[in-house]
Amino acid sequence: MSNVIGIGAAPRRKEDFRFLTGRGNYVADVKRADMTFGVFIRSPHGHAVIRGIDKAPALALPGVQAVLTGDDVAADGLGSLPCGWGIHGADGLPMKEPPFPMLAQGKVRFVGDMIAFVVADTLEQARAAAEAVVIDYAVLPAVVGVLEAVRPGAPQLFDDVPNNLCCDWELGDKAAVATAFKRAAHVARLSLVNNRLIGNPMEPRAAIAEYNGGTGHYTLWTTSQFPHVVRFLMSALVLKIPEQKMRVVAPDVGGGFGVKQFHYGEEAVITWAARQVGRPVKWVADRSEGFVSDRHGRDHVTEAELALDQNGKFLALKVVTFANMGGYLSTFGPNIPTNLYGPLLSGVYMTPAIYCNVKVVFTNTVPVDAYRGAGRPEATFVVERLVDVAAAEMGIDRVELRRRNIIPKESYPYQTPVLVEYDSGDPMGCLEDALASANVAGFAGRKAKSERDGKFRGLGFSTYVEACGLAPSRFAGRLGARGGLYESATVRVHPTGQVTVLIGTHNHGQGHETTFAQIVSEKLGVAFENVDIVFGDTDRVQFGMGTYGSRSLVVGGAALAKASDKVVVKGKKIAAHLLEAGEQDIQFKAGVFSVAGTDRIKTFQEIAGAAYVPHDYPLEVLEPGLEEQAYYDPVNFTYPGGCHIAEVEVDPETGTVTLEKYTAVDDVGTVINPMIVEGQLHGGIVQGIGQALYENAVYDDISGQLLSGSFMDYTMPRADHLPNMTIKTHSTLCTHTPMGVKGCGEVGTIGSPAAVINAVVDALSHLGVQHVDMPATPNRIWRVIQNAAMPRAAE
Amino acid sequence: MIVSFTLNGRSRTVDIEPSTLVADLLRENLNLTGTHVGCDTSQCGACVVLFNGEAVKSCTLLAPMLDGGMLTTIEGLSGPGGSNALHPMQEAFHQNHGLQCGFCTPGMVMTAVALATKNPAPTEAEVRHGLEGNICRCTGYQNIVASVLAGAAAMHAPGIGE
Repeated sequence: MSNVIGIGAAPRRKEDFRFLTGRGNYVADVKRADMTFGVFIRSPHGHAVIRGIDKAPALALPGVQAVLTGDDVAADGLGSLPCGWGIHGADGLPMKEPPFPMLAQGKVRFVGDMIAFVVADTLEQARAAAEAVVIDYAVLPAVVGVLEAVRPGAPQLFDDVPNNLCCDWELGDKAAVATAFKRAAHVARLSLVNNRLIGNPMEPRAAIAEYNGGTGHYTLWTTSQFPHVVRFLMSALVLKIPEQKMRVVAPDVGGGFGVKQFHYGEEAVITWAARQVGRPVKWVADRSEGFVSDRHGRDHVTEAELALDQNGKFLALKVVTFANMGGYLSTFGPNIPTNLYGPLLSGVYMTPAIYCNVKVVFTNTVPVDAYRGAGRPEATFVVERLVDVAAAEMGIDRVELRRRNIIPKESYPYQTPVLVEYDSGDPMGCLEDALASANVAGFAGRKAKSERDGKFRGLGFSTYVEACGLAPSRFAGRLGARGGLYESATVRVHPTGQVTVLIGTHNHGQGHETTFAQIVSEKLGVAFENVDIVFGDTDRVQFGMGTYGSRSLVVGGAALAKASDKVVVKGKKIAAHLLEAGEQDIQFKAGVFSVAGTDRIKTFQEIAGAAYVPHDYPLEVLEPGLEEQAYYDPVNFTYPGGCHIAEVEVDPETGTVTLEKYTAVDDVGTVINPMIVEGQLHGGIVQGIGQALYENAVYDDISGQLLSGSFMDYTMPRADHLPNMTIKTHSTLCTHTPMGVKGCGEVGTIGSPAAVINAVVDALSHLGVQHVDMPATPNRIWRVIQNAAMPRAAE
Repeated sequence: MIVSFTLNGRSRTVDIEPSTLVADLLRENLNLTGTHVGCDTSQCGACVVLFNGEAVKSCTLLAPMLDGGMLTTIEGLSGPGGSNALHPMQEAFHQNHGLQCGFCTPGMVMTAVALATKNPAPTEAEVRHGLEGNICRCTGYQNIVASVLAGAAAMHAPGIGE
């Protein structure tokens, strides 16, 4: 059939037109009749007791509709914000899980913690009223760093969480690791910091809620990556509104990267407030507010040790990490530095024994949760940096050391010592391909040229793997997940043969409207332009867990493929009847049902028509209509990975690091749309480069103030920071997903920080530099160079 | 106060508080929500519009400054009268996958149009420098740069847009 655009093609995106012409529909664009405007009052202190709140001056101002506080929340008996994961410590005890109130209950625990919500007729009135609310604080000492927070005498965030320790988690065989270290020829050690990041999707968070007093229905428009989960949590645990009376809409969303995959207190407060004031309520965060309220990412302090034999074979890995949770447990918070971190420490290597201990710690900072990669970039950074340190110390070439330890292609499936079984992969193939693509052979010449210019040049490698396609529900449940992680899709074939897909994932830049249409076009032989994808509205889409963890294609796409196959199965039954043949003799190919070995055919369109006009139809055995739904729960994670090679030049006069070349060869399984995969890799890699060279969330350790609270202070990667990257795929097929896909949303962010920092360290290696913490800013690198030069000067 | 200006090719008069920012005037009063607000420090460039042919951040412009001037927003860039014909720069972004979530896109496209108008054949380095005031979190800029190079060429191709 004409205009089938299927798997492997690169059609331009369906979603582009509305965005290019200014006709997108983001939450901040939504207007409702008679709507009011809300402003949150947030804590200016990192840690304080609230002694009293006087609303009266605000309520006396013109246009003010309501001032809601924690006392009002308590009086209405509303719940606190739930954590979606309940992990257990090494002692078998559950993590400490203090409540996370939607508005502060007597105490604030980070700058930005929400205290009150002010609603007025106009935004200006709401802002003025927020200024007029009088709050009496008793300021307490704050603690922002993980190591400081667990020290005796540190400020305590919660009365019932001694030493601010949420959980002391472990994974792996401690005894086997200890034994292996005893017989090691060499032990490489590394202390490192994984810097705190702020995701900063370009669209700030926003929400609008309205309540229909006639029907008792609520509607919430919110910047969310998972509207069904928001509805479920608000209904079951927070506001206790019947689920069928609540509609959550996440329309066009301007980037997520994890930041919008949590249930935020703002969503609950606004929905509740809409009923209180009896009018729609709108809130749009400004960027400064986002900096102190969007969940942050990373923030680890780690000690790692790698034991090797005399030939450089890895014997064992031991990692101790302190992970910052911020002031409360966010939706996925405790899962990130544990379940999404420890199992990735095996990397692409045959390390026989691994032990990981993670101390999950509360501090007076914004809650920390998933940010693109989420746990896996941190694990990759530990492993890939440590391999370089070991190579330097043992005098083995970095690439050669990797070759000696990489899991060979023929050893898959490969069971790691840390829970997961890699189903497929070819890391050596990715490495060899990347070495050629990056022209590593020509590096010596380029380095010599840099030296003539007075610059230091370095090359960095990262051979890595990740686990994504979240997630097999049963497995996740054993690790502490409190929800399922399947996905659902409905394929609704209309009487005309055109198709609407209703899917539970959420598209906020990933190109689902295009990729998913390609899958249906291929499966059903329907023209690409005749397939529309609907998402992000709980009143239209049955259910779904949303988009994060590189799961949309892997899990949602699988549900879609399954539902499409069901349509074909039913279509064959209808065709068998119409063609007076046995069902087993009906073939379906390229949009045409035929009787095998004959020229008797029915088109997909004819079958759709027959299903909705069932005059000549097997009504005794088959229902009319052509619409199928499928839920898909994966049997394993998927394991994309690859090899990234960064090449940098360092100016010793200024400490400036310039990224000269970047090459990525990734195994993402089957590629549905190569154009979109490449775009995902570009964006992911640049977020990793951002972590390595530019981005850093910094708190003042005495006051708990966020010092990097705007784009003036928090460096985002910009166009003139970057070279053009070389992106290639070197795919093996996933053995357990229906189409062999592995996911590509996070690989770039996971592989790149280690490649960049390994390149920076390589550039400085002649000075004896072994490690540089992120971000490698000019200031930090200049100091490293000065410090390295000093002892020599003294000789 | 009364402010009269040309908006996307049509004359427009508004009665507005003098302290109103152009970004807010467009989004809240005129329902032209294609112009986006991504920060509060004039750093992100999501709100870039063309004012008298120059790319300006509409969050830095007060509404009275529009008086007598000519303002073009993303909604006014494509063909006239509700036509679906894309401007060559919009088409270049579409063909080169120069957008993902779409939020920074209007500002990027408007910046690119101004850049290519002044510099008909920019180099890659000039494009990267020219986009320094616009942040994109999705694309890593590579396809935006490719889009701007292709869009500039298309804008100045013989017989198009002249």
